Amino acid sequence: MNPPEAISTLIVDDSKAIRLIIGRILRELGFTTNEASNGREALEALGSMTVPRVIMVDWNMPEMNGLEFVRAVRQNSTLAGTRLIMITSENEIGRVQEALDAGADEYIMKPFSREMIQEKLAVLEVPIPKEIGA
Amino acid sequence: MMETASANLAHDEFVTIRQFIYDKASIVIEDDQHYLIESRLAPVMEREGVQTFRHLIQQLQQPASEPLQNRVVNAITTNETYFFRDVKPFTVLRDKVLPQLIERRRTERQLRFFFGGCSSGQEPYSVAMMLRQSFPDLATWDLKLIAVDISGEMIRRAQEGCYTQFEINRGLPAPLLVKYFERQGLHWRLQQTIRDMVEFQEMSLVNIFSQLADIDVLFLRNILIYFDEKTRRHLLTRVEHVLRPDGYLIMGAAEAPIFYSTAFETLPGDSSNIFCPKSSPPNSTRIKL
Ligand SMILES: C[S@@+](CC[C@H](N)C(=O)[O-])C[C@H]1O[C@@H](n2cnc3c(N)ncnc32)[C@H](O)[C@@H]1O
Repeated sequence: MNPPEAISTLIVDDSKAIRLIIGRILRELGFTTNEASNGREALEALGSMTVPRVIMVDWNMPEMNGLEFVRAVRQNSTLAGTRLIMITSENEIGRVQEALDAGADEYIMKPFSREMIQEKLAVLEVPIPKEIGA
Repeated sequence: MMETASANLAHDEFVTIRQFIYDKASIVIEDDQHYLIESRLAPVMEREGVQTFRHLIQQLQQPASEPLQNRVVNAITTNETYFFRDVKPFTVLRDKVLPQLIERRRTERQLRFFFGGCSSGQEPYSVAMMLRQSFPDLATWDLKLIAVDISGEMIRRAQEGCYTQFEINRGLPAPLLVKYFERQGLHWRLQQTIRDMVEFQEMSLVNIFSQLADIDVLFLRNILIYFDEKTRRHLLTRVEHVLRPDGYLIMGAAEAPIFYSTAFETLPGDSSNIFCPKSSPPNSTRIKL
């Protein structure tokens, strides 16, 4: 059995359709998923859920954007082991640098595919629950 | 002639084949990529004597169709590659293999890498970026990265070092993207300093080995599938000869030389598809006389 903190994830995107797609991909890989539609909601969600292994976060969202959210997460030492992946249509190199500087671990440009997510998780050495047997 | 197999692909057939390829190889084919399935599968259908896509689908659904299924998937994935593919071999190369190898080559200050079937270049360039990033001292060494592919189109793309957004999203760590790429319109171009590290050649693997010697690290990944059993054995024998006695052979995720040759063994305590010639364990500091 994988412990809950090894398989817990949070998806932050203001598009419900995108949350659905990412959620399905992560669940197929054996993760459990939580969702929030902006940074502020996501911070609230973090207060009441298992510390996630991975957070996938969009950039442009109302109330609190992804970059502000990444900075806030990086202020919180209980989330130090959580991998942050920005997944956004922002595709300027300066933006990627900004996200990394803020504390994001990886960056995926939309449109994305299932294998892109899998490959980035591999780059970050996040074990895939389904592969190690849930 | 290809004409017989250039049957029309109806939309429902496209959807079925696309789903089959996704299930089998996790490859996503976009709505506007009818042409991809048509052009890649036409030669397969021709060889199998299958006239229509409907007929092909029926055959794929037969109980013993595994070989045909593989041929269909391979036709689609022909040039499939991405940066740091499978990750593990690259981390083992960086953390274990290269530090040892560099130690053993301290006096000659020379390293030779070879990539067989390099497709559009992501594999050799992954190593080039890694060398630059993690082993800056090697800049003053005599380094050679030689990469070959049978496809002239792939070699031209590799030399160009220009990738789509889709390609740079696959496997390339974001810090390396920022460090070594620049945006050119819709594309991302690898910096010239990295491009210049790799020497690309359009050539068949079957012919190249007679021109090679003293290779330290030889990549042979996801290419043996293209050859028959006899050629695979032959190629592995050649690898044995071009590799230095304390060199390394790196294969694809589901591959191992043991099927075709007994001359190699797995790197001790390792599961990353890296092998070394049996005659000389990689840990030995044997001096070449
Ligand atoms: C699936 S790609 C693998 C690319 C890369 N090695 C990797 O693992 O990501 C296989 C490549 O082998 C090339 N190839 C096929 N037959 C070959 C041959 N006889 N000699 C050299 N290259 C060949 C194809 O053109 C294709 O680009």
